[in-house]
Amino acid sequence: MNHIPNDAAPKMTARDVSVFYGAKKAIDAVSIDISQEHVTAFIGPSGCGKSTFLRTLNRMNDTIASARVEGQIALDGEDIYSSGMDVVQLRARVGMVFQKPNPFPKSIYENVAYGPRIHGLASAKADMDGIVEKSLKRAGLWEEVKDRLQESGTALSGGQQQRLCIARAIAVDPEVILMDEPCSALDPIATAKIEELIHELRGRYAIAIVTHNMQQAARVSQRTAFFHLGTLVEYGETSDIFTNPRVERTKDYITGRYG
Amino acid sequence: MATGHTLKAFDQDLDQLRASIAEMGGLAEAAIADSMRALVNRDVETARRVIEDDKKLDALEAEIERLAVQVIALRAPMANDLREVVAALKIAGIVERIGDYAKNIAKRVSAIDEGRNLKPLSLLPEMARMTGDMLHSVLDAFAARDAQKAAEVCERDKAVDDFHNSIFRTLLTFMMEDPHNITPATHLLFIAKNLERIGDHTTNVAEMVYFAATGTHLGERERGVDSLAPRS
Repeated sequence: MNHIPNDAAPKMTARDVSVFYGAKKAIDAVSIDISQEHVTAFIGPSGCGKSTFLRTLNRMNDTIASARVEGQIALDGEDIYSSGMDVVQLRARVGMVFQKPNPFPKSIYENVAYGPRIHGLASAKADMDGIVEKSLKRAGLWEEVKDRLQESGTALSGGQQQRLCIARAIAVDPEVILMDEPCSALDPIATAKIEELIHELRGRYAIAIVTHNMQQAARVSQRTAFFHLGTLVEYGETSDIFTNPRVERTKDYITGRYG
Repeated sequence: MATGHTLKAFDQDLDQLRASIAEMGGLAEAAIADSMRALVNRDVETARRVIEDDKKLDALEAEIERLAVQVIALRAPMANDLREVVAALKIAGIVERIGDYAKNIAKRVSAIDEGRNLKPLSLLPEMARMTGDMLHSVLDAFAARDAQKAAEVCERDKAVDDFHNSIFRTLLTFMMEDPHNITPATHLLFIAKNLERIGDHTTNVAEMVYFAATGTHLGERERGVDSLAPRS
């Protein structure tokens, strides 16, 4: 059941999206809207296709030779798989944060400045300093690192590294941020900080998050999409999905009866 | 639902919660029937036991509260599981209250001696049987997660309300005929009122059962004639 909440102007739309790895169909005809105002959570058991689907939203699957995407995905109404789409530019507009924090083996400052520099977003050093500070502040990391910006990003704690990666994504001024299990390698305190950060970033960026932790989906999102065996089973308001899901399969999964 | 929880201890917790609710329901049902038997047979000893046994209901309610909070804290129930735990919590409170009404009936047994010959006394056991049956059905519905059966229990409350209204009018005429009847008739009136309240509370339980089973609220049902409403 592809229930699509009715938004006036969704940030991203997917229509009948199927993904193949070679001959194997990993995603089957998924249609969904990603709204600007809401955090959208993708949940489902391992192998259900939620990460694969997330990665279609900024064409990360292009890096996998055997992967093939069918259907239509649009960002502000513009087909992101059209031949005219600049993939580098797309990934700046649709940023991504991964499961394991992956800062570059460079200074904290350089981690954040790298994206704006290659995209030519800042010419003067003062401009770049401003972008780095603003991005680190938005990622809730500034106070902790402002006196040691030249230290290596990899020397930070796991939670700080993940916020550095979020700052790095923010630095190129994206419109959408995709998060693929951003807290699964973090302790509960660091997880809470990321979740709080997601709340703060909500509205400024369209956010889609894949999580295995259903409590986390319940805490951070306003919309939840349940994937199972490559299909979108149910999509709706998070409060409805977790208190009164319409589909039996969703209910079995979120109440811990799946499998 | 096809399968139990992957985590079996979760199923055991929920089973225990349901078993405790069923036990409370059985005790409350017995309290209603026993208090009525004590009333009819002028059996002060049975009345005393009903009053004493109410403590068991209080203890079970506390136990259900403890278990429900524990399930919420440790199992983080979702969807129908969450609704069921919340329903169990509320139902335990309501059934405890039903026990209090039965206890109140039992307390009036020794006070009602002069009311023996008042005719409405013979109507009360039938009214008590109706409310007891409603309670029995609604707890069956909870055990079976049967929304339809819960909705049917709500329908039956109208008959209890009608019973109460008819007893109310009859007792008024007795009081008007002879002022000596006022004290015993008032006791009988309170007993009828207690049974009417038990019917209402049982209806609340039915609404919780319906909500737990379906996730939606039962629509406003047609109510019995309200004796307090202005006559049109």
